[in-house]
Amino acid sequence: MAKGKESKVISTMWSAGCGSHGGCGCEIYVEDGKVVRVEGDNNHPFNLGRLCPKGLAIPQYMYHPDRVTHPLKRVGKRGEGKWERITWDEALDTIEKKFKDIREKHGAESVIFCQGTGRDIGGPITFLMYAYGSPNWVQVGLAGHACYTPRLGAMFATQGAYCVADCSQFLEKRYDSPEWTPPKYIILWAQNPAAGCHDGFYGHWIIDCMRRGSKLIVIDPRSTWFTSRAEVHLQNRPGTDGIIALAMLNVIINEGIYDKEFVEKWCYGFDELKERVQEYTPEKAEEISWVPADLIREAARLYAKNKPSAIQWGEPVDAMPAGSVVAQAINHLWAITGNIDNPGGNVIARNSHGVTTYPFSSAELTKLYGEELVKKLNEKRIGANDYPMIKGFRGWVQPDILIEQMETGKPYEVKAAWIQTSNIIGGQAADPRRHYEAMKKLDFVVVVDLFQNPTSMALADIFLPAATFCEKESFRSWWQPLGVTVKAIDGVDESRSDWEINLEMAKRLATNPIKYNTVRELIDDRLKDGNTNFEKLKAKGCWEYPPEGHPTRPYYRYQKGLLRGDGQPGFDTPSGKVELYSTRYEGWGLDPLPYYEEPRESPVATPDLCKKYPLILTTGRRSPVFFHSEHRMIPWLRELDPDPEFEINDKTAGELDVSNGEWVYIENARGKIKMKAKVTPTAHPMVITAPHGWWLPETDGKEPNLYGTWDYNINNLTSMGNQGKSGFGGTDYRSALCRITKIKD
Amino acid sequence: MPRNGLFIEYDYCTGCHACEVACKQEHNFSDGMCGIRVDELVTVSPDKVHVDFIPITTRFCDLCAKRTGKGELPACVKHCQAICMMYGPVDKLVKEMEKKPRSSIFAPK
Repeated sequence: MAKGKESKVISTMWSAGCGSHGGCGCEIYVEDGKVVRVEGDNNHPFNLGRLCPKGLAIPQYMYHPDRVTHPLKRVGKRGEGKWERITWDEALDTIEKKFKDIREKHGAESVIFCQGTGRDIGGPITFLMYAYGSPNWVQVGLAGHACYTPRLGAMFATQGAYCVADCSQFLEKRYDSPEWTPPKYIILWAQNPAAGCHDGFYGHWIIDCMRRGSKLIVIDPRSTWFTSRAEVHLQNRPGTDGIIALAMLNVIINEGIYDKEFVEKWCYGFDELKERVQEYTPEKAEEISWVPADLIREAARLYAKNKPSAIQWGEPVDAMPAGSVVAQAINHLWAITGNIDNPGGNVIARNSHGVTTYPFSSAELTKLYGEELVKKLNEKRIGANDYPMIKGFRGWVQPDILIEQMETGKPYEVKAAWIQTSNIIGGQAADPRRHYEAMKKLDFVVVVDLFQNPTSMALADIFLPAATFCEKESFRSWWQPLGVTVKAIDGVDESRSDWEINLEMAKRLATNPIKYNTVRELIDDRLKDGNTNFEKLKAKGCWEYPPEGHPTRPYYRYQKGLLRGDGQPGFDTPSGKVELYSTRYEGWGLDPLPYYEEPRESPVATPDLCKKYPLILTTGRRSPVFFHSEHRMIPWLRELDPDPEFEINDKTAGELDVSNGEWVYIENARGKIKMKAKVTPTAHPMVITAPHGWWLPETDGKEPNLYGTWDYNINNLTSMGNQGKSGFGGTDYRSALCRITKIKD
Repeated sequence: MPRNGLFIEYDYCTGCHACEVACKQEHNFSDGMCGIRVDELVTVSPDKVHVDFIPITTRFCDLCAKRTGKGELPACVKHCQAICMMYGPVDKLVKEMEKKPRSSIFAPK
């Protein structure tokens, strides 16, 4: 390459290095071996040339002066912030020896493998963990595993498949595809799609559909850009979404506006559901949720009478009391209206070409690692034997039970943690102090990441520097299309990709020899399911949709025998139908039908507590420029969202003598933090909305400050150990009580 | 030479900030400097609270002269996630404006 000449590399992102769950096509511009610019790829069907702020800020992220680009070892006490640069050999030798010693003395299960939700993490971390022999894969801190897994579990139980709002993303011609039609109505259920790419879904597809005629029904405690444009806005009390779904089912069933043919032919347990929802009248829902009964009726009628219509939902659904039950009730809305796998409805989402990059379910784990291994892993997987749904659906540990086990050492002790892509105590952990105390006791902790954060500073013994997507090869099949990440430059300094690190560690630690010499060999082996390989996909512009008639391509696959293992028409459930009465839930010892559960802490459940803490706190408000606890150190992004800022209603703020822009305390019985007030009529008078994951990388990283995590992280007001009956959901991330107090100097 | 400008159908602007960061990246602007800013407008009618956003060009906007010189779109227009921005001669943009309500035109230079 001639000096000063710019070259262009086409690639696909996964969580951009940097987070978010989009699979955007991008152009990476390289000059003199350095990435100078990243742009959207006009030819990629996922983002159609666009790119979000996080993607556009990648050069600043990659070359940030604080990025850790060499392996480090801790030389002072934990939390003292004393680090020494070491070689990769020394780092990997140390980890190998420690992990082997621990396995010999305590068993492989005493090492936990902790991921967050950034980068392409699911594939590499499970690969390493199973090579080592531990069953304990977990998002430590994510109480009730309240992010997508409860919804995935509910969808798996109900129709044996996952569904997403159809914005033509499963077809290469996108909005011009002749077989696609826009949803007449889209219900945005507890999500602000403008602020990110949730679960493989590009948020602005909703706007694309609005341009093509889709109308909106929005369920959100806040007023937002979307509620301003909605035909119906159900402004509910946080945590009560379950009763709204049940009341909508009540209206649709009792008014006979469901899809009778679909229900008759393809659903199981309609009569039982009908009987169950009788108690959930719109009037009862109004009493509980604050939403006028007539508005609930209107939303139900508009949705049911305008086919096709779609539902796009967000993480608060998981974080409800009994998250997997709320998800089930919402799933039943698209089921009884026949909005399943139809154009413009809730289309069945499968990993493109059947290629597994991130094994979501027990079934995928079995496919990759064999039935014997999965069975064996279930014996010692933490929480699997407490919760049949956790055992039966997904290969995760139950995170609340894990912390309890770390505290008691029973039934066995946890000795070490491999933490990759996860800022546990400054990010997802509910009651982060309790997590901090529990994890401080570990004998050995490895962190693999790009920047120091409160968790790495407090806990890490070895820090391994990971690469951004510009510096690595990877692959993605979540959901469509199948894509590859092409390396534009070598790792900055000594950074390595998560796949490279984990393959090398796996070779050193495996009990059975690893058959791959290189990451490329592994990728090509996995891509065999798609009848392709890395070079072929790269030559095609980095992406490909499955061919016509492929079971991972829509529509109406239940009619064509493309969903079940036996090739028969129907759904992949025990009854072969969409189970409104879930035999899987029943088998897991759960109520087979949806019901309403009140938040553990609320004006209804705890009226006395409400006198002391009169405001409802809902956390996790997304920022379009940050991904969870990432990006606070990136100047281009931080400039746009500089302070931890919560939203409070103008009248409420007036009563409390709080001005716009004033720093105040938010507190409850569990903790007290500082945030800046954004006084706005968009907030409900009784609800404050706070962003999660705030820490200040510009402040002291050492103990006790830990980048301000104890002072600004809203999760200090949340608790763990309240998981729902299924092991999923039941947290107070989205509905707790609090009060605001002035800061007096 | 006709004057070029930006047409923004701000009714569709979601406030995602992509234009601002695209601009910063393109020009490698330092802190505080940018060619476009997005403002939030909150208004209250008797039955509803409305949230709108409006992008406004600043004195630093050069309509991405380097890019448009090569026939490429300005960085903000290319990356606008809501696809609500258009670049071209002002007289053509005015015709667009006649068809689309809640829109604006900026002719920064």
